[in-house]
Amino acid sequence: MNAALPVLILLSSLVPAGVTFFLAQDSHTLRNTLNLGGAVVKLGLIIWMLFAVAGGASYEASLPLAPGLVMLLRVDALALLFISLSATLWFLTTIYAIAYFGTKAELSRFFGFFSLCVAATTGLALSGSLISFFIFFELLTLSTWPLVAHKQDKPSLSAARVYLAYALPGSAALLWAIIWLESATGPVLFTEPPDLSALDPGALRGIFALFIIGVGVKAALVPLHGWLPADMAAPAPVSALLHAVAVVKAGAFGVVRVIYDVFGASNVAALGVGEPLAILASVTIVWGSVRALQQDEIKKRLAFSTVSQVSYIVLGAALASPLAMIGGLVHLIHQGLMKITMFFCAGIYDERAGVRKITELNGMGARMPWTSVCFSLGAMGMIGLPPLAGFVSKFYLGLGGLEAGAPWVLGVLVASTLLNAAYFLPLLYRLWFLPAAEDARGDERAPALVVPAVVTATAALGVGLLAASPISPLGWATLIVAREYGP
Amino acid sequence: MTALVIVLALPLAGALAVIALPVRAAVPVALSATALTALSALVLAASVWQGGPVTLMVGGWQPPLGIALQADGLAAALIVMSALVVGAVAMAAWFEMAAARAGPRAAFGFWPLMLLLWGALNAVYVSRDLFNLYVGLELLSLAAVALVAISGTAQALVAALRYMIFALAGSLLYLAGVVLVYAGHGTLDIGLLSARSPAPGDALALGLMTAGLLAKTALFPFHVWLPPAHASAPAPASALLSALVPKASFLILIRLWFEAMPELASTAALLMLAGLGAIAVIWGGVLALVQSRLKLIVAYSTVAQLGYMFLVFPLAGGDGSAQPWAAGAWTGAMFQALSHGLAKAAMFLVAGICIAAVGSDRLGDLRGLARALPMTGFAFALAAITLMGLPPSGGFTAKYLLMTSAFAAGQWPWALVLAGGGLLAAAYLYRPLAALFTRDARLPVHPVARAWQGVPLALAALAVLLGLLSAAPFDLLQIGRPEPAVEGL
Repeated sequence: MNAALPVLILLSSLVPAGVTFFLAQDSHTLRNTLNLGGAVVKLGLIIWMLFAVAGGASYEASLPLAPGLVMLLRVDALALLFISLSATLWFLTTIYAIAYFGTKAELSRFFGFFSLCVAATTGLALSGSLISFFIFFELLTLSTWPLVAHKQDKPSLSAARVYLAYALPGSAALLWAIIWLESATGPVLFTEPPDLSALDPGALRGIFALFIIGVGVKAALVPLHGWLPADMAAPAPVSALLHAVAVVKAGAFGVVRVIYDVFGASNVAALGVGEPLAILASVTIVWGSVRALQQDEIKKRLAFSTVSQVSYIVLGAALASPLAMIGGLVHLIHQGLMKITMFFCAGIYDERAGVRKITELNGMGARMPWTSVCFSLGAMGMIGLPPLAGFVSKFYLGLGGLEAGAPWVLGVLVASTLLNAAYFLPLLYRLWFLPAAEDARGDERAPALVVPAVVTATAALGVGLLAASPISPLGWATLIVAREYGP
Repeated sequence: MTALVIVLALPLAGALAVIALPVRAAVPVALSATALTALSALVLAASVWQGGPVTLMVGGWQPPLGIALQADGLAAALIVMSALVVGAVAMAAWFEMAAARAGPRAAFGFWPLMLLLWGALNAVYVSRDLFNLYVGLELLSLAAVALVAISGTAQALVAALRYMIFALAGSLLYLAGVVLVYAGHGTLDIGLLSARSPAPGDALALGLMTAGLLAKTALFPFHVWLPPAHASAPAPASALLSALVPKASFLILIRLWFEAMPELASTAALLMLAGLGAIAVIWGGVLALVQSRLKLIVAYSTVAQLGYMFLVFPLAGGDGSAQPWAAGAWTGAMFQALSHGLAKAAMFLVAGICIAAVGSDRLGDLRGLARALPMTGFAFALAAITLMGLPPSGGFTAKYLLMTSAFAAGQWPWALVLAGGGLLAAAYLYRPLAALFTRDARLPVHPVARAWQGVPLALAALAVLLGLLSAAPFDLLQIGRPEPAVEGL
C-alpha cells in the first residue's frame, strides 16, 4: 500500500487524461464523468493520506530508469500541501470548465491536456528526486502549451509561442544546473541532502543561480515574467488553474525545494545567495504591482498581480527563517485560493456580461451580486485585510523578515499592500458604487460557474478566520517547518 | 544462433523472391518476410539479453581463416530498432501504395530495395570482419541510392547521383584503409586486430577508413548530399534512409575506434571528431530553421541529430569515479542512435501522410492539418519531443547521459552543444508544429486511413517509451560493451 498510494494518486489524473484524448467530441457525459470522477478519487485518496501523514506515515514508490535517473515518488508534508491545493482546485475548475465550454469544439483535446497538466503538477509535488522533479516540470511545460493555444487564433498561438520561448530556455538552465550538480554529487534525492563539499563555492553559486533561473521562469520572477501576462489570451479556466495553481506554483514550489532540500537553508546562508534572491523577489513584488496598476484589462491586471504575489512565496523561502518560511508556504495555499476566485469571477464577467475591461465593471455589483462579492473577497484578501487569508501570509512574512534580520522586508510588504489597494480598490469602487452603463447586461444564471467561485471565496475567508486551527493551511505549514526544516 | 541467421538471410531471400515472383505476390511476400525477420530480431535480442553475445563462425572456421559474426548488446539493440522501423515503414508503404498515390515504379522497386537494405544493415551490425563490413556497406549504399532515385524525377536523380558520388568516394577511402590493415597484419578480424602488434601504417589506415565512414555518415562537412537525397525519396524510403542508413557507418566507426584500434586515439583526433559533430548540431539546426518544406526540415534535423553521436569520442569514460554508473557517454550516444532512429522514421512517415492528405509538404500547405488528422499531428509532436531531448523520451536519456559525462570529465563545453542543440531543435520543430496546429486549414484534405496514421504514432510512442523504460535497453547495451567504453579512449 505504501508504494501504491502515490502511484494511484498520479494515475487518478493520468488515466482520465489518456482516455479523454480518444473520446469522441460529443460524448460529453462520459468525458465529464471521467474527469470529475478522477478528481473525486484523487481528493479522497489525498484526504486519506493527509490523516496518515499527520500521524507520521510516509509513502514512497520508485521506478529506476537508466542509472542515475531515479524516478521517485514520495509523499512528505510539503508535497501534500501542494497536492491538496491542486486536487481541490482541479475538482472545482473541472466543474467550472465544463460549464464554461458547454458544447464548444475540441473539448476532448482540452480536457485531455487539462488532466495531463494536473498529473504533471501532482507528479511534481510528489517528486522525491531532482530528476523526477525535472521530468514532471517538463511534462507540465509541454501539457500547458496546447491549453494556452487552445483557441488556435493568432493571439493564442503567439501567446503559446512566447510561453515556450521562455519555458524552454528555462528548462535548459534547470537541466544544466541539475547535471552540473549531479555530476559531482551523484543523483540527488530530497530525503538525503547531497554532499556539496566536492564543489567550490563559486560553482555552487553558479548552480544556484541556474536553478533559480530554471524554476524562476515558471514562478514569473522579474525579469523572467514576460510570458505570464501574454498567456492571458487563454480561456478563463486555463488562466484560473494554470496561473493560480499549476504553472506559477510549480515554479514557487521548485524554489522551496531547491533552497531547503537540495542546498539546505544553512548552505544557502553560507553561500550568501539567499539575500540576493530575497531582493529579487522583493523587486518582483513591487514591479508586478506597479505594472498591474497600468493595465486596463481585468485579466491582465490579475496576471501582473500574480507575478507580484507568487514572489511572496519565494521571499519567504529565501529569507530562510522559520516564520518567513511558514508565511511563504501558507501563501502557496492562500494565494491559490484567492487568485483562482478572482480568475473564476473574471471569467464569469466575460462570459455572462461581456465585460473584460475594468471600466466596464461599473455597477456590476447589483447585477451580479454573488460574483461581485466573491471578487471583492478575493481582492480584499490580496490587499491583506484581516481576517482574510492574505493578511495571515503577510503577517508571518513580516515577522519572519524581522526574525531573519531583514527589517526592510516590512517596507516591501507595506509598499506592496498600498499598491495592492491602489490597483484593486478602484475595481471594487466601480463594482459597488458607480452606476451601471445604459446598455449593461449581465446575469448569474450559470450556477456551475458561480458555485466554484463561491466555494473558493468562502475557503479564502475560512482559512483566514480559522488560521489558528491545526488543520488549517497555517497549521499544516507550521507542521512542515517544524518537522522538516526546524532548527 | 538460428535467429541470427534468419535476420541476415531472410531479408535477402525475400528481396530475391519479390523480384522473381509475379507482381501480385510482391506485397504478401515482402510483408511476410518483414514480419518473420522482425520476429527473429526480437528472439535474437532476447537470447542476447539472457545468454550474452551470440556468435556465429561462418562455416565453422575460426578467424583468421573464417569470418566471425557476433551480435552483442549494441548490435542486438540496433537490430531490434531497425526491425521496428522497417516494420512500420513496410506498413506505411503498403497503405501509401493502396491509396495509389505512389507511382507503379515505386511499387515495383520499393519492396526488394527495402529488404535488400535491411539485410545489408543487419549484416553490418553483426560483422566482425573489416572486409565483410565493406561488402555490407556497399550493398547498403547501392540500395539506398536506388531508393532515392525511385521516383524518377529529375530532382531525385540529381540527388541520387550526388549521394552516389559521396558514397562511392567514401567506400574507396574505406577500402584503401582496409587494404593497408591487411598488408600490415594479415587479418581483418576486429577481435584479432585489437590484440595485434602495432604497425607503422595503422594510423593512416584508421584515418582513411574514418574519412570514408564520415562521408557516409554525413557528418559536417560531408553532409551536403543528405538533405536533398532524403527529401526527394518517397516518404517511407526517406524514413529508412534517415533513421537507419547513417547508423551503419557510425557503428563501424565505433567498432574501429573502440574495439579494433582504441590505442590509436589521440586527443586531437577525438576533439576533431566531436568538434565536427558539434558544428553539425549547430549548422544542421540553423539550416533546418530556414527550410520551408517539412521533409527538408526533417532531413536537416538528421544532420544535426547525427552530430550528437560524435560527442562520444572525447566523452566516453568520463571520470568514472565521480559517477555511480559506468559507460555513461558511450551508452548515451547509443541511446541517441536508437531514439533518433525511431523518432526520425516517425517524422518522415508523418510527412508521407501529409503529402497523401494535401499533396504537398510545404509548411504553408500543412496549415491546420492536425484538425483533420489529429493522430498524425500528435505523432509529430511526440517525435519532436524526442528530438528536442525533452523528458521522458529516449532523446532525453541520451542527452542526460552525455551531459553528465561531459561535466564529470570536466569537459563542460560539450554540454553547451547538447543544451544549445536542444533549443535549436525546439525552434526548428516549432514551425511545422505550429503550422499543423493552426485553425485555418488552407487546402482540402484527402481522407487518410486511421490505421495508417497509427503507424508513425506507434513509432513516436516507442521513442518516448525508450526513455520511460530506459533501464532495460541500458542493460542490453552493456552486454559485450568494449573496455574503452568504460575507460575512455
